Amino acid sequence: MSAVPSTAVTVDVAVVGAGPAGLAAAVAAAEAGARVAVVDAGSQPGGQFWRHAPETVQPAPDGHGHHGWSTYLDLRGRFDAAQRAGRITYLPGLQVWMAQSAGSGFVLRTTAAVSSSGAVPVTVTAARLVLCPGGYDRQLPVPGWDLPGVMAAGGIQAFVKANGVLPGKRFVIAGTGPFLLPVAAGIAEAGGEVLAVLESSSPSAWLPHLRAASGVPEKALEGAEYAAVFARHRIPYRTRSIVTEVLGSGRADGVRTARVDADGRVRPGTGRVYADVDVVGFGWGFTPQMELPLSLGVDTRLEADGSLAGVVDERQQSSVPGLFLAGEVTGVGGATLAVLEGLAAGAAAARPDSNVPVKQPAAIVRHRRFARAMHLAHPVPAAWQDWLTPDTTVCRCEEVTAGEITEAREDLGARDARTLKSFTRAGMGWCQGRVCGFAAACLGAGPGVSPDAGSLAGSAKRPLAAPVGIGELAALES
Amino acid sequence: MSQSSDVLVIGAGVIGAATAYFAAQQGLGVTVLDKGLPASGTSSACEGNILVSDKELGPELELTRYSLGVWHNDLAEHKKLWEFESKGGIIVASRESSLASLNRVMAVQKGFGVDVEELDQAALREAEPHISRDALGGASYREDCQVQPMLVAAHLVRLATAAGARFIADTPVTAFMRDGGRVTGVRTPHGDFPAGAVVNCTGTWAGELAAMAGVDVPVLPRRGFVMVTEPLPPMVHHKVYAAEYIDNVGSSDAGLQASPVVEGTPSGTILIGSTRERVGFDRTVSTAALGLLARNATALFPFLERVKAIRHYHGFRPYCPDHLPVIGHDERAPGLWHAAGHEGAGIGLSAGTGKLLAQALAGLTPDLDLSPFAPARFGGGARFGSHTTAHPEHREEATA
Amino acid sequence: MNSQQVTITFDGRPLTAAAGQSVGAALASQGITAWRSTRKGGKPRGLFCGIGVCFDCLVTVDGETNQRACLVEACDGMEVEGS
Repeated sequence: MSAVPSTAVTVDVAVVGAGPAGLAAAVAAAEAGARVAVVDAGSQPGGQFWRHAPETVQPAPDGHGHHGWSTYLDLRGRFDAAQRAGRITYLPGLQVWMAQSAGSGFVLRTTAAVSSSGAVPVTVTAARLVLCPGGYDRQLPVPGWDLPGVMAAGGIQAFVKANGVLPGKRFVIAGTGPFLLPVAAGIAEAGGEVLAVLESSSPSAWLPHLRAASGVPEKALEGAEYAAVFARHRIPYRTRSIVTEVLGSGRADGVRTARVDADGRVRPGTGRVYADVDVVGFGWGFTPQMELPLSLGVDTRLEADGSLAGVVDERQQSSVPGLFLAGEVTGVGGATLAVLEGLAAGAAAARPDSNVPVKQPAAIVRHRRFARAMHLAHPVPAAWQDWLTPDTTVCRCEEVTAGEITEAREDLGARDARTLKSFTRAGMGWCQGRVCGFAAACLGAGPGVSPDAGSLAGSAKRPLAAPVGIGELAALES
Repeated sequence: MSQSSDVLVIGAGVIGAATAYFAAQQGLGVTVLDKGLPASGTSSACEGNILVSDKELGPELELTRYSLGVWHNDLAEHKKLWEFESKGGIIVASRESSLASLNRVMAVQKGFGVDVEELDQAALREAEPHISRDALGGASYREDCQVQPMLVAAHLVRLATAAGARFIADTPVTAFMRDGGRVTGVRTPHGDFPAGAVVNCTGTWAGELAAMAGVDVPVLPRRGFVMVTEPLPPMVHHKVYAAEYIDNVGSSDAGLQASPVVEGTPSGTILIGSTRERVGFDRTVSTAALGLLARNATALFPFLERVKAIRHYHGFRPYCPDHLPVIGHDERAPGLWHAAGHEGAGIGLSAGTGKLLAQALAGLTPDLDLSPFAPARFGGGARFGSHTTAHPEHREEATA
Repeated sequence: MNSQQVTITFDGRPLTAAAGQSVGAALASQGITAWRSTRKGGKPRGLFCGIGVCFDCLVTVDGETNQRACLVEACDGMEVEGS
């Protein structure tokens, strides 16, 4: 029997995640005097937003293609210093598969993210916990989206940031939201050709939210920067447009597109085809990673983007005492907000009884308002389910089609994600509903209806937050 | 006020669904209510077992064999709908003492006509090539079957409605309608439903429902965990249990016990079950339970050590103190019937329970004598107007 | 731009990648967009989410099955197999 070696660490504050929120939380907690452990699925800090090539190969990344790099360098410098001083124990390459409340604190069980990495699973016990697990691209299935060559928009960006090369040559990026811009810009700056960026919403959709949008002036600068890149590379930015089908056999080689109305309904006669495409990137906003907060029983709410997120007070504490949340998991709002929340959460977790006020609370409020405005300006199109054919794959892992799901809804009364899972297996595969969960919940609710928090929670609850070897479980002490 | 039904079934899990289906087949006017969606209770948190192998001789075994007949005959045409597999079960003994016990049990079971065949080491390895080298021998039960229980409930409800029944989801029962001592229907937030007969098929909530009618039906929860692996090529071909499983089923111990069961599924995942604990409705995950399941599983199938678990789930088996279900008319509250408390055998027994109860509801003599399952066997005569919960362990169970 | 290279094998064939790249990137750089077939429909799959969440990119690395190609760093001598 392979005795998997494991160790245990006990600290004041455990942080899960080392992206913008996690880095900030760890630094703030350590600098406030706490002993900190950071569990990170990545092999080095940065998360997704500051993902870069392995430092074993490129020890001095220059931040090319990154935003807020000086913030990263500052936080990273402080993180490394705290590590050297023994205040932070950094545990890379490990995923938390279960978080439990234990006594007056928390216990984290971990497993190696990559089996061959040799990362030794560590059990972390902490008095307070800061969860910064981030989010991942949200997906809306369309015919052909399961062909090789179709990727999540964020996946393309992660690929470029981590590997310094592109996954292909000719790209079409589609979906909704400001995130499509840096993805396309990054591809163009790396030498790829972006044939078009298709944005489902209207350019005037953010007008009602102008005030909120102007509350974060840096975003306007960022926007102007992307506009310049788009102009320089002649990237067509088509609004009120979607990809209706990914074409190809065996792999993606083109897309069919169309213009849509305010609800996302296809306008007849507006179809066109982009041929000779080798990568299609889809991005429909982000889904916060909610399984760990849910497993610990935090209060949640439905955000303006239709996602489930954790509720926190002004010190980033959730409804569970001692449990703090920061970053996308409190509501998708980008990296700058994640850093602000992380700093607040780390400081509060380090000194929970103290009344030290949150630094920059106004900035947090402004960023949350901006995020909300952007969400409202870039909704999931109400009629998106019209894009599906009965054969369209919805659950990629278990190959469950839209037809099978709607049949379960109509014939068997499955109207929420959990019941759909029971009857169709959608969400039962390897990814446990991370990719299809939102779409399945929508389909369960029915055409034109948004899923409620209960249904989303039903698909986001994952008793095992990561796959874990049965041999490892067998070694758990009784 | 809703139109009156002949039969009002409360609960659309497998028991309620089967009752509704067979009652509709009897030509009765049926309404089914559920506080949620079909199969939202224990029916979606189990393994889909239809077992002969683990049954105590007596009324339980009789009901089991009758039910098996219903699965294979009355419900034959629907087998594909719910992935019915006649895969067979194998009990494996890895110690001389358990092998001896197993042989004794087999002899008795054979005497009562159970289809069981001894497997020596060679035959065992042929049936299950990946079984542990430590396995000494086993018993093969060809009649053990597997089914997808959520689809059973969902399709039986659908077939019942196709035969004229009515199903209404998201409708909890808040009170019983009474006429003197007689139960004449139910009250819900969406109105009253009068009925000639009301059937309590609410599984782990059966005691609470019964208390609303002032009668004692002592159904308690016995928690079980099941682990699910990554999808694999076919590696385990039968339901495989360790010989300890039989001893465990009838035990009333409160502590954590494990009944090692390993089986494949049509989707490629392997189910690893199952523990039995009396911890009320506690949903807190127990690493002790996960560890125990994992060790038991790898003891049977060493290859599982390198396999990943991708999820686990738990359910609450509704059981009565004497380990027999409650099936039949409740003379303590005329008009009220119960079909609940099937413990870990609910899926297998659902078909037979539904058919027998439907016969009784239709005024016919049931094929099997239901008196061993009589609700009134627990005493606790009619207590009109008492709405206190019979058992303090019962708490409002959060929706999974 | 670093010039170190590593050589891995993919289904027995040697393949060169830049040091530090993921197995997924190494394959994609060679124009290989799919290295796995789905269980039910036999459909080809490769990278999708790129960050280890979707489990579409599963590949066998040095005999260990179901590794996420987007997360595994390609190392010299690594044996990668599709399925």
